[in-house]
Amino acid sequence: MRVPDQIVRLGIVTAAILVAAVLVRFVLIPPAFFSTKLHRSSTVEREVAKPISFAGAVACRECHEEEFERKESGYHKTLACETCHGPSARHTEDPLEVKPYAPRDRKFCPVCHAYDASRPTGFPQINPSAHNPLRACITCHNPHDPVPPETPRECSACHAQIARSKEVSSHALLPCATCHTVSRQHRISPRSAPPSKPQTREFCGGCHATGSENPDAPKVDLATHGDNYLCWQCHYPHLPEAR
Amino acid sequence: MNRRQFLEGTIFFIPASAVLATLAREAGAAETTAGAGAIGSYVPANHYYGMGIEIDKCIGCNRCVEACKAENNVPPEPFYFRTWVERYSIKRNGEAEVECISVDTERRSETPEQEKDTIRSFFVPKLCNHCAHPPCVQVCPVGATFSTVDGVVLVDDNRCIGCRYCIQACPYGARFFNPRTKTADKCTFCYHRVVKGLNPACVEVCPTQARVFGDLSSKASRLVRFQRMNKTNVLKPALNTEPKVYYAGFDGEVR
Amino acid sequence: MIAEIPQGLQELLHQVTGYIYPNEIEIHWSILIVVYPYITGLVAGAFILASLVKVFNVKELQPTYRLSLLTALAFLLIAPFPLLLHLGSPLRSFEIFLTPNLSSAMAMFGFVYAWYLMGVLLLEIWFEYRRDLVVLSQSERPPLRWIHRVLALFSRDASDAGLAFDRKAIKVITIIGIPSAFLLHGYVGFIFGSVKANPWWGSVLMPIVFLMSAIVSGIAMVIFLYMIITAMRNEKIDMKCLDTITSYLFYAVIVDFSLEGLDFIHRLYESEESIKILGELISLKLFMNLVVLQILLGMLIPLGILVIARLKHFNDDMRKLLYFIAVILIQLGIFSTRWNVVIGGQLFSKSFRGLMTYKMEVLGMEGLLTALVLLALPFVILAILIRILPTRRLGEPPATPA
Repeated sequence: MRVPDQIVRLGIVTAAILVAAVLVRFVLIPPAFFSTKLHRSSTVEREVAKPISFAGAVACRECHEEEFERKESGYHKTLACETCHGPSARHTEDPLEVKPYAPRDRKFCPVCHAYDASRPTGFPQINPSAHNPLRACITCHNPHDPVPPETPRECSACHAQIARSKEVSSHALLPCATCHTVSRQHRISPRSAPPSKPQTREFCGGCHATGSENPDAPKVDLATHGDNYLCWQCHYPHLPEAR
Repeated sequence: MNRRQFLEGTIFFIPASAVLATLAREAGAAETTAGAGAIGSYVPANHYYGMGIEIDKCIGCNRCVEACKAENNVPPEPFYFRTWVERYSIKRNGEAEVECISVDTERRSETPEQEKDTIRSFFVPKLCNHCAHPPCVQVCPVGATFSTVDGVVLVDDNRCIGCRYCIQACPYGARFFNPRTKTADKCTFCYHRVVKGLNPACVEVCPTQARVFGDLSSKASRLVRFQRMNKTNVLKPALNTEPKVYYAGFDGEVR
Repeated sequence: MIAEIPQGLQELLHQVTGYIYPNEIEIHWSILIVVYPYITGLVAGAFILASLVKVFNVKELQPTYRLSLLTALAFLLIAPFPLLLHLGSPLRSFEIFLTPNLSSAMAMFGFVYAWYLMGVLLLEIWFEYRRDLVVLSQSERPPLRWIHRVLALFSRDASDAGLAFDRKAIKVITIIGIPSAFLLHGYVGFIFGSVKANPWWGSVLMPIVFLMSAIVSGIAMVIFLYMIITAMRNEKIDMKCLDTITSYLFYAVIVDFSLEGLDFIHRLYESEESIKILGELISLKLFMNLVVLQILLGMLIPLGILVIARLKHFNDDMRKLLYFIAVILIQLGIFSTRWNVVIGGQLFSKSFRGLMTYKMEVLGMEGLLTALVLLALPFVILAILIRILPTRRLGEPPATPA
């Protein structure tokens, strides 16, 4: 049987195309291009070669054993060092030149500890605008062992409201007896023997006057500050930040 | 040359020259990276990774999201996330209101008061589920995205053509189109850390250990312990993608 | 901000309603991906119209046979470009031919496209034109003479025996061609229909709905071109042909409408998890495009027009006018159909809790202008093709001038 002319012509074109395709596929392009295995292993290699930013707590421990142990025994034991100090792999390579970040202001801790209704019940949270608003968190709390500071508790059984205000104020760490003298009788019969209250501007001046010895307290010049008003006419001693 | 041949030409020969150019580039690259793949005694076949997330522990601090962006060079703009955290507020009528706290971090710092009709509220961290049966891998036309033997879904960004079919196919919104590389991008479980025995960055910095990373093939791993201790669930199980990110304390409204 | 960040994402953040996953703010498949299924639909539809002549022996359609084939070719040649221009790394597009991932629906593009172009369309056109090319080249002057020579692959056989073989070959090719045309567009539907993550797309009916709407759009496009071309040549339209094609168009629209209706009712009746967000999608984002453009203007009104044109015994000019309006409305409707599938499927979050907004670029690579150029190019190609390959068979009586 004679093959029709059309088939011959189309056959030649098709053959040319096929030959070209085969040539491109098997000769011009190196076989490596088609190797899925090779592409994948090179992807994995590139992935593995990517630089590390977070060194990991194990690396921190090598030099900072003491801080690490301290953290490990406290409430922050679930935290990694770099949760707060940020990516520090470069610090591990060059400890002297590159120093990790250390959050010392009030902005950082509320990232976790600000009150948020969606946070799990029991997770320690504060209201940053009411909780001792002017102090840096680390004045009262050691971030490596963040127990709530030991605030004096002896009066709070009856004076809970005052105690709660004072606990979140800059006077949190002062025992009540710093300002009040409390007789033994007060505990037995509170109304018959009220505790003393400061009477003079100079009492507050003991910490807050310029030249006084307390290093942390904000200072004022008693001679010029607030005319002759008594301190507690403007400042509430249990929550001095309030105005 | 007739039209047929000419068309053939455009289909085979023009790409062929591009192929050769690409190959020349890849050949150069192959030599420099050869050998870099051997990471000590790491044997991929001995591992199979997954992650556990305990919703009740998440405090929504967003440290994981920031750490991920820092570790993986993710564009800082709030349209590109390899991991993110959602807040669910379950209303009195049973409906859920959801927001992503990782998008607008400024607004978050104002600590919103809980609305009166919210009866329950919690955070859910999300990331690529590294599905055992990943739809993104199935649809990639050039095989640029694939599952490794150790159970991590990776993207070959020398290979990805940027068609974005994988982004459409991912039921979890875990992929994005990286504007720098012009390729698909996603969580790698911090593969570069994991092979060196480190935790993924998000797991490393999580302050409450709400995220647990581990090896499903080792009975002693933290992840297997997590699975033993918790009743877990995965996202959108009906899609049969078999995610390997397991959630404990999973609410029905989460999807 | 890095320079490559798409413009306007920040604005879009404020146009989100409800909750979306944060990576979903960017709409990834732009208007170019709307253009792609629209164009391939025209290809498949035009080819199936051509097949009616050869396989089912619908003699009335002979005047549009060659035009349908050339229309299919013109659009098929442009079909890959919207895809190519949309790729993030277009220079790597050859990988889809060389190292396709066999589990990917999209990877089949290269094979389906190459098969349809070379195994079906070009072959059929060659057999259809071969004898004309031989005869033409004998009486012509260069350069057209040379072009026709080459196109005929230097064949010189103008005998009746040769012609008889051509006819047989065309019949075989058409029989293979119909399933291939179904494959071409059904496959495009499958790309969307197989995405289980997306309830707007993931439907087993998707390929078949795509196919029927493709047939509708292809037939309507050929009618449109036939009417325009005869007007430009100042010839008389073959009303018998026109009435027959429009009746096929009418049936195709009915089937398409029923399928889409079935899809809609099925979704509504099953009322799955996604029903709420899809309801919002339609009422808040797609009302104009889906209800008004696609269903009302693109389907119900043309159906009404076609019914009226058939029932009432209007004169030829009135019928022509009605048909012309109907096919233009149908084109508009099918383009909206593609829009509603491609863009609509990306306007709701896969969390099923929120809706996004698509802001179309105008001048950018994936903008309106590119789309318009891509939509105009097939017509330019068709004009050139018609110049080289006459739409009327040699020896056929010339149409009576109008």
